[in-house]
Amino acid sequence: MTEGLLKIWSLRAEILNAFGSTILLTLIGGLCALAAGLLLALTAMSRRRAVQRAVTVYIDTMRCVPFLLFVYLLYFGLPTLGFRMSNWEAGALAILMYHSAYMAEVLRAAIRQLPRDILESATSFGYVGWPLARRIIIPPALLRSIPLVGNQFVQILKDTALLTVIAVTELTHALTGIQSTYFIPVAAYLTAVLLYWALCVTIELTASRLELLARKRRA
Amino acid sequence: MNASDYWQITQAALATVTLSLASIGMGMPLGLAMALVSWGRVPLLTPLVRGYVSVIRSCPTVTLTLLVFFGSSQAGLNLDAMVAAIVALTLSTAAFNCEIWRSHLNEFPRDQYDAALAFGMRPAQRSLRIVLPQVVRHSIPALVSEMTLQIKATPAVAVIGIVEITRAALRVGSATYQPLPPFLYALALYSVVVFAFVQLQRMAERRIARSPA
Repeated sequence: MTEGLLKIWSLRAEILNAFGSTILLTLIGGLCALAAGLLLALTAMSRRRAVQRAVTVYIDTMRCVPFLLFVYLLYFGLPTLGFRMSNWEAGALAILMYHSAYMAEVLRAAIRQLPRDILESATSFGYVGWPLARRIIIPPALLRSIPLVGNQFVQILKDTALLTVIAVTELTHALTGIQSTYFIPVAAYLTAVLLYWALCVTIELTASRLELLARKRRA
Repeated sequence: MNASDYWQITQAALATVTLSLASIGMGMPLGLAMALVSWGRVPLLTPLVRGYVSVIRSCPTVTLTLLVFFGSSQAGLNLDAMVAAIVALTLSTAAFNCEIWRSHLNEFPRDQYDAALAFGMRPAQRSLRIVLPQVVRHSIPALVSEMTLQIKATPAVAVIGIVEITRAALRVGSATYQPLPPFLYALALYSVVVFAFVQLQRMAERRIARSPA
C-alpha cells in the first residue's frame, strides 16, 4: 500500500495532467450544456406545437439512454454517417448533447415556477421575444436553479469517467493505465476517488456560494 | 443484424435487470440503516456515515467498480466479476438512498413522535409503527427515480467484462461493422426497462393512496 502510494506520488505529474483534463471536460462541457439547455428550455416555450414536441422528445430520449450507450452511439455511430471526430471531440460532444437535455429540464421547471404576473406585466410593457427572455425570464430562472445546476455539474464530472471507454485521457483512464503497469489498484483508484471527491466538494461549495450571492441580490 | 444478434442483446437485458434489482434490493435497506444511524445521531457512526455518503456520491461508478474489482483481488479476495459489480453498484446506490431516506426522516413531524411517546410507546415501536410507514410512503417517488438512475448506471460495470445491454450491443456492432442498429435497439430496450420501473412506481403510489393513512 505504502509502496503504491509512493509510486503514485512519483507519477503525480501524469495524474495531475489527467485530472486537469477531467476538470476541463467538466467545466467546458458543463457550461456549454448549460447554454444549450437554456436555449432548449426557451425553445420549449414556443407556441408552435411541433417545435414543443420535438424538444420534449429530445429531452425524454436522453433521459432514457445511459450515458455510456450514448457515447458509443456518437463515437461509433456518427462515423458511419460520415462525421469523423477525435476521441476528445466525441467525448465533449456527448457531454454537451446528453447533459443539455437535463439542464433544459431543470431550467424548464424553474421557468414554469416563475410568478405569472412578472411575465404578464413584462408583456404589457411591450417585451416580446429575445428581450423578454434576456431581461425578464433568464435571470430569475438561472438564479433559482443554481442548486440543481450544481448537482448536474457533479453528474457531468462523474460521467467524464465513462469517457475512458473511448480512450479520452481523463483521471480514471490515466489511473487505469498506471494500475495495470505497476499493479497497484487500491492506491491508484483511491487516489482517483479522493480527487473526484475534492472536485465535487469544490463544485458544491461554489454552488452554495453563488446561491448565497443570488439570495443577497434578490433581497 | 440478424435475429440471433437481436436475441444476444435481449438476453443481455437479463444481466442489466439482475444487476439493477440486486443492487437496489440490497442498497435500499442499507441506505435506510445508514439514514437511521444519521437520524438517531448515533455517536461515532454518524460522522462515518456522513463521510461515506459524501465520498461515494461524488465517485463515478466506473471508478468505484474498478476499485472494488481490482482492489479485492489485491487484498487476496478473488471476487467474481458479477459479485464485484453488484457490490460496487450497491455501495453507490446505498449512498443515494441514504440521502433520500434521511431527508424524509428529517421532515417527519416531531409532534407525532412526541404523541407516540406520550402513549408510552417504546423507541422501537415508535419507529416501526409511527415513523417508518409514513416515511416509506413519502420516499417512494424519489426512490424510484433513483432506481431509474441506477439502471442507467449499470453499463459502467462493463469495464470489468460483464456483458449487459450496452456491451452486448457493442459486440454485435463490432462483429457486423454496423454500429448504429444494435445501439438503437439497446436504446429501445433501456426505454422499456425504465418505463417498466416507472409503471411499478405508479402502481405502488396508487396502492398507497388507496390504503388508509
